[in-house]
Amino acid sequence: MAWSVSKLRRREILWAYAFLGPAFFFLLVLIVFPILFAFWISLHDWSLIPRDFPWIGLENYAEAFRDALTRKSLGNTLYYTVGVVPVGMALALALAMILNQDRLPLRTSLRTVYFIPVITSWVAVSFVWIWMFEPRWGLVNAFLGWFNLTGPKWLASPDWALPAIMIVAIWKGLGFSMVIFLAGLQGIPRELYEAAKIDGANRWNGFRHITFPLLNPTIVFITVTGVIGSLQVFTPAVIMTTTQGEAGGPINSTRVMVYHIYATAFRYNNLGYGAALAFILFALILAITLVQLRLTQREFEYG
Amino acid sequence: MTASSVPAVPPATSRRATPWALAGKILGLLVLGLGGVWMLLPLIWMLSASLMPLSEVIKVPPVWFAPNKYSVGNFMEVWFDVGFWRFALNSSFIALTITACQLLTSTMAGFAFARYEFPGRTVIFIVILSTLMIPFQVIMIPLFIMMARLGLVNTYGGLIIPALVTPFGIFLMRQFMLGVPKSLLEAGRIDGASEVYIYARIMLPLSKPAIAALTIFTFLAAWDDFLWPLIIINSKERWTLPIAMSRFTEQYIAQTHLQMAGAAVMFLPVLIVFLLMQRNFIEGVAMTGLKG
Repeated sequence: MAWSVSKLRRREILWAYAFLGPAFFFLLVLIVFPILFAFWISLHDWSLIPRDFPWIGLENYAEAFRDALTRKSLGNTLYYTVGVVPVGMALALALAMILNQDRLPLRTSLRTVYFIPVITSWVAVSFVWIWMFEPRWGLVNAFLGWFNLTGPKWLASPDWALPAIMIVAIWKGLGFSMVIFLAGLQGIPRELYEAAKIDGANRWNGFRHITFPLLNPTIVFITVTGVIGSLQVFTPAVIMTTTQGEAGGPINSTRVMVYHIYATAFRYNNLGYGAALAFILFALILAITLVQLRLTQREFEYG
Repeated sequence: MTASSVPAVPPATSRRATPWALAGKILGLLVLGLGGVWMLLPLIWMLSASLMPLSEVIKVPPVWFAPNKYSVGNFMEVWFDVGFWRFALNSSFIALTITACQLLTSTMAGFAFARYEFPGRTVIFIVILSTLMIPFQVIMIPLFIMMARLGLVNTYGGLIIPALVTPFGIFLMRQFMLGVPKSLLEAGRIDGASEVYIYARIMLPLSKPAIAALTIFTFLAAWDDFLWPLIIINSKERWTLPIAMSRFTEQYIAQTHLQMAGAAVMFLPVLIVFLLMQRNFIEGVAMTGLKG
């Protein structure tokens, strides 16, 4: 009896490994091994050309702290993130709250409209926005012209190229956050607002003491995923500000970390330094995510 | 869902009746409507410009619509002369293959976690969770070296293999399948069904919402991917649409009308699929948001 149970058990374990096998094998080969390999590469002077790759210890990491271009890329990436995430989140929350009123006509169609930019391809819309930001015949400056404002040269201007890309990112990401906020808002029981109203609370009190705390998990999700995504921005920065085959924009004003890593490894043929830069970006993402989770959790306890 | 959950409220506290609430709703609709126009404006212009000759596209002030000058000439040029038919074929093949592979590996792994107790269950799950955090940029350099060793640079295999598995997909399927009642699966076992049957005929149909969400995310990500194809592909016959868009504009500088036609080629198929199954799209997004 005991023997047959253990045979059945063994069969079950075998099935489990059979189902898990393909995914876990590829995970080990395509993610776990490469990350160890990447660290190994970052400790060497490694290139695409087959030659001896001398061990140089942490020299690549030390180089990153001396390199002005790396500092510039990091600064641009952080500037982009700090601009895109809070503004996008505030707009998305406001829209979701308007959309969440009972019996609002056209609710589903409006939700669809805001979601359409989310499904567009980054490369395709980057080209559309190049035209939108064209200083002479583009739509953005034509619109500013109606109010007698002279728009900047946007993508050709060192001060405005990165903000232009940030505007596109907010536009494209808005519907995504809005839909998630809407789902979060719909999970809040209406009775809470009715009860608060009977107790004499106004709209703002309702937002401050009901919506905001109960929406906290959603807010955490949107901020954390938003920050992770923003720190990895690549496509719009490359497409919108490439001139003569070199991306980075006017005086490197749109050179972001991922492009910096890509260019270092695959254009300047310095794989070791590129791998070290990638680990620095990874460390930054991890650190910011952990700090965010800490902060938001504490706020939730008090709120 | 929202309308039905409102309980009977004393009429005095109902805000629906007040003129203020009505004004708020109208104002809200106005804001949403105007905002919505802004959201769609770039895309509407893209479609309009994709039908215009260049001379109209670069007029000051901008020309919105020029119905009497519309023609499909730009599409013809992009599709045949530039060769977008080939790039669209490449993109479709690669995105569909990647989606199929990821669905298979993710649902199988999710099934293993949801159904069985086995040694290493927790450890393996922790390994998967930790790989979830690893940005692609960290592993792209070793992946390139590995693909080069295998002779897969500039091949479809080199494009597809790194995307065979995603920790996000495994995680999503595991979370969803753990919520499927065990009794439904046990019923199959009593009938003498094999494990493969329980996976394919019982678990998969019960996991449709999660599968729909993962299909959409994976396909869109693969269709839109730019960084990895940029690294691994160099010959023109293997370009995907994003690479084609960025590369052909190097030869056709400032040919905005052709760029818009190319952008429309990338956008329209996705838009059509989205409009046909938008409930799945939006619920899928909401679902991952609530689960994460």
